[in-house]
Amino acid sequence: MSERPKLAVMKFASCDGCQLALLDLEDELLTVARAVQISHFAEASSHLEPGPYDLTLVEGSITTPEDRHRLLKLRADSKYLVTIGACATAGGIQALRNFADHDEFMRAVYARPDYIETLATSTPVAAHVKVDFELRGCPIDKYQLLEVIASLLAGHRPRTSTESVCQACKRRGTVCVVVTQNLPCLGPVTHSGCGAICPAYDRGCYGCFGPTVQPNTRALSDHVLLPRMASDQAALALHGINAYAPEFARGGQRLWQLAGLPKPLHPSLDASLETSLDTSLAASSATEPASS
Amino acid sequence: MTNTLPTDTEVAGMTPAASFLPRSALQTLLDLLLGQGYQVIGPRLDQGAIVYDSLERVEDLPAGWTEEQGPGLYRLQRRDDDALFGYAVGPHSWKRFLFPPQVNLMRSQQTDDGWRMSEVVQPVVRYAFLGVRACDLAAIAVQDRVFLQSGFVDKVYQQRREQALLIAINCTMAAATCFCTSMGSGPRCQQGYDLGLTELPSGFVVEVGSERGAALAANLPLEPLQDEQDQAAERARQRAVDDIGRRLDRDRVQTVLRERLQHPQWDAVAERCLSCANCTLVCPTCFCTSVDDVTNLTDQEVIRERRWDSCFNFDFSHISGGPVRDQTRSRYRQWLTHKLTTWVDQFGTSGCVGCGRCITWCPVGIDLTVEATLICQDQDADAETRS
Repeated sequence: MSERPKLAVMKFASCDGCQLALLDLEDELLTVARAVQISHFAEASSHLEPGPYDLTLVEGSITTPEDRHRLLKLRADSKYLVTIGACATAGGIQALRNFADHDEFMRAVYARPDYIETLATSTPVAAHVKVDFELRGCPIDKYQLLEVIASLLAGHRPRTSTESVCQACKRRGTVCVVVTQNLPCLGPVTHSGCGAICPAYDRGCYGCFGPTVQPNTRALSDHVLLPRMASDQAALALHGINAYAPEFARGGQRLWQLAGLPKPLHPSLDASLETSLDTSLAASSATEPASS
Repeated sequence: MTNTLPTDTEVAGMTPAASFLPRSALQTLLDLLLGQGYQVIGPRLDQGAIVYDSLERVEDLPAGWTEEQGPGLYRLQRRDDDALFGYAVGPHSWKRFLFPPQVNLMRSQQTDDGWRMSEVVQPVVRYAFLGVRACDLAAIAVQDRVFLQSGFVDKVYQQRREQALLIAINCTMAAATCFCTSMGSGPRCQQGYDLGLTELPSGFVVEVGSERGAALAANLPLEPLQDEQDQAAERARQRAVDDIGRRLDRDRVQTVLRERLQHPQWDAVAERCLSCANCTLVCPTCFCTSVDDVTNLTDQEVIRERRWDSCFNFDFSHISGGPVRDQTRSRYRQWLTHKLTTWVDQFGTSGCVGCGRCITWCPVGIDLTVEATLICQDQDADAETRS
């Protein structure tokens, strides 16, 4: 009898909400447990087996030197490494420190900051190791997680559309809150996956799933956000849960600048962000014929 | 041709004199439809808009409400009367009922004898649409061409379409985004309906457009149409014509747009366009879908699922090597040129019916009529304007 693939769930700087999505798969959990051997999942069981693992789900961002070391070892131990959630995929809400002075933060929070050993930045897993698939969301959608596990086991790409949140609104019949209620909304530049929950409850999209492919954050800022909110509020809208996702990071910086409150990135990150942006642009301009 | 639909108005010699349905008898019409097993879909107030949804009572209709529309703008407003159909068009079109956003088409199951495939049996739905505008009739006719009359028959659409009863309402006002007069699709309902109504304060002028409509009319407490009612209805319909200020030079756009593929305006519009696909999903004729085989964990079953898709999606034109239209500029250009020009080559009709939904529901207010006009305007005149 062939062994079931070994699944591990690992955590770095995060709130555990994305791991809970796996436990929250109540009706499907037994099927998951039959399809894979859950080898390491501290949130669910204290029985922890060492690697190697066939599929490792990684939650959380990298914020300490020790975490970085642990991640490198984990990568070596994993056949597939999949990040789950905004922290592991974009640095999370804690990546706001990337636009601020973390020493100052530590002095404000801790009585003895000298006891704390931390990195100056919060970065996504992909900034440190090769990632096989990034699942978006804050938190992730449990059915998308199921799709990722099922498709990797079946050997095909997960079926997680890169379309905007708007399309989920349209399919479920939600009337646009930008057009009818004059609300600011990140939906047009945000990756789908949540099922467009917030607009169905008269809220604009908060961008929990991060930027979609080629997000036009500049046009969204100028024509959707700024006519409806002050520029510092608009900057906060982009610099939220996915603040360090490259397009939201740059879009937010532009808005802070407009508000007269420039927020430069930590010097160690500026260049790497440019590289990520360049990569996404290069991927998107390969076949377009030159304009005459 | 086996796809001719029973709602065709070319039923020989059938132009019976119009009659009058008192407003107090509108509930009788609804009861009659519900009694015949129809699910009645019509205008209702919901989510700050007039949407199309199930209704059973006249009280469900948006009495006394209208809307203000503009590029990227929709606001409900009170009317100074209690008209039931005193609005233009809302965020929904009938597309979502005839061509649903998501359908399961096929199921494959792993058996001892290998995979067994079976078609997913679609539920039989009988819709009666109440309040179909002329532009929407034109849009349904466009989708008929696409799904029934172009060599391929879409069975999901066909079943819903053949069952559907269309009760049209002539517009007596227009929104600022309407341009049906430019597209030759309205505002007068000419064909494609079962019953056609024009609303007056005391009731509805009723025209019969099909045998099915005639059978329905025979069971309604109709009164003979008075001359003054006829004239009042004509004046009301003319108000809609007079209200329409937006123009598009359809013929010029049809010939010129496809020659302007390198026009700088494509870049200008791409600077504002979010590529969010709202325009295509609110468009009553856009028909693109993606079909996926959805696996599950047990590896025992695969469902083939169809969902609304859009040419604005980055992945939509993905072929070996990457997406063909990998910039917003090329995606917007694809949409506009298809909608307004190559659609004619493909289906013998424009893909645009002038309903204006893509203008209203664009979050940044991009206006198709403005963009197409700018791109197609005389280049000499354009040069003069710039100098």
